[in-house]
Amino acid sequence: MAATAAKAAPRKTAGKSAPKPSAKNASGTSAKSASGANAKSPVSNGALKFSKDEELRAYRDMLLIRRFEEKAGQLYGMGLIGGFCHLYIGQEAVVTGMQMALEQGDQVITGYRDHGHMLACEMDPKGVMAELTGRRGGYSKGKGGSMHMFSVEKQFYGGHGIVGAQVSLGTGLAFANRYRKNGKVSLAYFGDGASNQGQVYESFNMAKLWKLPVVYVIENNKYGMGTSLERASSTTNLSHRGASFDIPGEQVDGMDVRAVKAAADRAVKHAREGNGPYILEMITYRYRGHSMSDPAKYRSKEEVQKMRETHDPIEMVRKRIVDGKLASEDDLKGVDKEVRDIVNAAAEFATNDPEPDPSELWTDILR
Amino acid sequence: MPIEVLMPALSPTMEAGKLAKWLKKEGDSVKSGDVIAEIETDKATMEVEAVDEGTLGKILIDEGAEDVKVNTPIALILGEGEDSSALKNGGSGPAPKAEEPPAKAEVEAKSGDKSPAKVESAAANPPQPMAQPEPDVPEGTEMVTQTVREALRDAMAEEMRKDDTVFLMGEEVAEYQGAYKVSQGLLDEFGKERVIDTPITEHGFAGVGVGAALAGLKPIVEFMTFNFAMQAIDHIINSAAKTLYMSGGQMGCSIVFRGANGAAARVAAQHSQDYASWYSNVPGLTVIAPYTAADAKGLLKSAIRDGNTVVFLENEILYGQSFPVPKLDDYVVPIGKARIARPGKDVTLVAWSIGMTYALKAAEKLAEDGIEAEVIDLRTIRPMDTETIIESVKKTGRIVTIEEGWAQSGVGAEISARVTEQAFDWLDAPVTRVSGKDVPMPYAANLEKLALPSVDEVVQAAKAVCYR
Ligand SMILES: Cc1ncc(C[n+]2csc(CCOP(=O)(O)OP(=O)(O)O)c2C)c(N)n1
Ligand SMILES: [Mg+2]
Repeated sequence: MAATAAKAAPRKTAGKSAPKPSAKNASGTSAKSASGANAKSPVSNGALKFSKDEELRAYRDMLLIRRFEEKAGQLYGMGLIGGFCHLYIGQEAVVTGMQMALEQGDQVITGYRDHGHMLACEMDPKGVMAELTGRRGGYSKGKGGSMHMFSVEKQFYGGHGIVGAQVSLGTGLAFANRYRKNGKVSLAYFGDGASNQGQVYESFNMAKLWKLPVVYVIENNKYGMGTSLERASSTTNLSHRGASFDIPGEQVDGMDVRAVKAAADRAVKHAREGNGPYILEMITYRYRGHSMSDPAKYRSKEEVQKMRETHDPIEMVRKRIVDGKLASEDDLKGVDKEVRDIVNAAAEFATNDPEPDPSELWTDILR
Repeated sequence: MPIEVLMPALSPTMEAGKLAKWLKKEGDSVKSGDVIAEIETDKATMEVEAVDEGTLGKILIDEGAEDVKVNTPIALILGEGEDSSALKNGGSGPAPKAEEPPAKAEVEAKSGDKSPAKVESAAANPPQPMAQPEPDVPEGTEMVTQTVREALRDAMAEEMRKDDTVFLMGEEVAEYQGAYKVSQGLLDEFGKERVIDTPITEHGFAGVGVGAALAGLKPIVEFMTFNFAMQAIDHIINSAAKTLYMSGGQMGCSIVFRGANGAAARVAAQHSQDYASWYSNVPGLTVIAPYTAADAKGLLKSAIRDGNTVVFLENEILYGQSFPVPKLDDYVVPIGKARIARPGKDVTLVAWSIGMTYALKAAEKLAEDGIEAEVIDLRTIRPMDTETIIESVKKTGRIVTIEEGWAQSGVGAEISARVTEQAFDWLDAPVTRVSGKDVPMPYAANLEKLALPSVDEVVQAAKAVCYR
C-alpha cells in the first residue's frame, strides 16, 4: 500500500527523509509499506517486523496503559476520581510506538486524554493515579487533576484542557529547540476534532516557515466527543492538512504499534534533521465514551465490538508473540501480573495518600 | 473471595441511579471490558463494563431497581477456580433487594472514610426565592415545575417557532442533543438547517454567527462552556459588541452567546472560570446570569428578541435544579431588572446565578439569629439595576456581594463602587465582598471546596457588617 503523503506536499520531501530500514526494524520495513492504513479500515501491515524485544516492550507498555485506564475507570466509578476523566483505552499503540522513536530530551505535549502519554513517557503510575484522585502525591500535588499533569524530568509538557491549545504550545517547544540548536524534537498530539481549530493552521504555517522540529501526531479516533470526523470535517484525510503549508503527512495504522513506530522513525528523523514539521495521522479508535459520562450513543455497539475483536492493538501483539513463540503463555502471564501489580500499587497509593494540605490552595500562583 | 461489583458513579454529579438492565446472567462468564449492565443516571443511560475476569456469580440488585446509591454492591464475580460455594462467605453479607435500598451506613462503609468528601453541589432542592417570579404575572397563573435545563430549551423553542430567523449553532447541539442536554429535542422539531452542529472551532463559528447576525439573522451561539469562548472573545467584543457604534447605528448585531459559565465540579482550572466580570466590562454587550428556571426562560426569550449582542451566562450545576415557572404562552422577563428574592431590613445580600444559592441559604441562617437579610437577585449584570441595590442599601445600611468569580475587578467590586458613589451616606459598614478565592481553581476535592465561597462565609460577612 502506498504512503499517503499529502498531495501538494512534494513526495520527494517525505521520500527523501524516509530512513533506510533502521537497525531495529529487522525485516527492512520500507516507508511505503509502513504507512498504509486506510481511513475506513486499518489493516495490519504484514511486512512490518519488530524484534522480539520490541514486541515484548510494546506489549508490556500498552498493557500497562490499558490496565491503568481500566483501574482509573473503576476508581471513577467509586467516586475517588471526579470531574472529567478521558480514558485512552484502544489507542495505546499510538503513544507506545511514537515513544519508541524518541531520544532522551525530546518533548511531548497533548490534550486532556493524557494518561497514556504520561505512562509512555515513563512517568510514575503512582504519581499519575494520585493526581487523578486529587492527592498530595500526585504530579501536580492534586491541583491539576486528570487533564493537567506535567513532568519537567520526563519532558512532558501537559495535560491541556482547551482543544487545540497544545498544537501551538508544541510548536513553541520546537521553537525553543531550534533556538537552542539542541537537536531535540517535540511531539504535539491532538485529536481529529482538534484538527479543525484555527490555531492548528496558524501553527502549521509558522512551523514550516521557520523549519521547526515538531511532529504533529493527529490521533484520529473517528470522533470528537459525539461528532464523527465526517460530520465535522470537509476533508477527512487529515494527513493532507499540512498540504497548503508544504508539510508532508502520512496516514498510519494507529492500531499497529509497528506501523506507528516505523512512521515515527521517519517523521522524527525528518524533523531532527532540520526539514521542519511532519504530520502523522494515526487511524485509531477509542473504545470508551469520550469521558466517563458519555453514553456514546452516536455509534453502534457492533462498531466498537468489531474494532476490539479484530484490531485490538494489544491482542495483535500478543498473538504475534504467541504465534512466533517469542515468549510462552507463562511469560506473558508474568507480564500481566507485573503490570497488574504496578497498577494496583498505584491505585492503593492514590487511595491512601492524603489530600493536599489546605495551605496548598495559596501556593504556586506566582514564583 | 468473590469480587464485588459496585454501583458506579458515572458523572461528576451522580449520587444514585437506576439499574436499568442486566446484560449478563448469573453463571455467565465475563471478561474485562464486557458490558454487564445498563444504568440510568440523571442525564443518560450508561453501560457498566466489567474490569475483572470470572463468572458472574450472583446478581445482588435486581433489574429495574431505582435510586441505587453509588458504591452499593450490585453483583459478585467469581474469580478463576472459585465456584458458587464461595458466594456464601464472600461479598458483603445478605444481598440487598431491589425494593429495599441498602442502608446508608453500609454504602458509606464501602466507599471508605478515606475518600474525599463529595463536592457540595447545590442540593437537589435549590433554595427558592420567596417572591413571585415577576410582579406582572397575572394572579392565579398556574405554575409548572421545571429544571433550568428545560426552561432554557423551551425559551429557545418558543422563539424559534415565532421567528424563523432564529437558529441555534454550537458544538454537539444537534445530534448529541447538547453536551449538557439543553438543546434536547430541538433538532427533531426544527431540523438541521436551524439546529446546527459545528466543528470544534469556536473562533470561527462565533465569527460566522456574528456575520450572519450582521446580515439580519438572529443566531443563538452555544458555547459548550464559556471557558471555550475565550477562543472566540475577539469576535464577541470586537466584531459583535462594537459594530453598531462603529457603523454609526446602521448595522446592529442581534445575537445571543450562551452556555455554561463558572465552576462545575472537579473540572479544574481551565474549565472552571466565571466570566461575568469580563463581559460586564464591555460597552455594547448585555450580560445576563439567571438563577431560577423562570428567569432563565423569561430572560433568554428577551435576549433572543433584544436586537443587541447578549452574553447569556448559565451554570452547569443549576441545569438540573427545579423551580416553578409560570405557565404562560409568552413569559418574558425584562432585561436589566433585579429582583428582591427575599425581603429584609438588616443587611442587603446581592448575588446572581449560582451565587444565589449561597445568599438564600445564608439568609435563612441569619434569620435564625434574628438578622433579616434582603436578598437581591441581580439577574442582569449589564446593564446593572443599580437603583434596586441603592434602594435596598438605603433601607439596610449594609451590603454584602456574593460571586464565585475572583474579587479583583469583579462584579462585586463594581457594585461596591456604585454603592459608595451613590449611597455613601446611608452606609453603616464597609461594602463587603464574598468571592471565589484569588487562585486558579484546584482539582482536589478539599481545595476546590476552599476555593469556592461558602454559606458560612456569607453568614460571617453579613454578621460582620451588622457588627454581630
Ligand atoms: C476549545 C474547546 N472547545 C471545546 C472543548 C470541549 N471538548 C473537550 S474534548 C472535545 C472533543 C475533542 O475531540 P478530539 O480532538 O477528536 O479528541 P478526542 O477526545 O477524540 O481524543 C470537546 C469538544 C474544549 N475542551 N476546548
Ligand atoms: Mg477524536
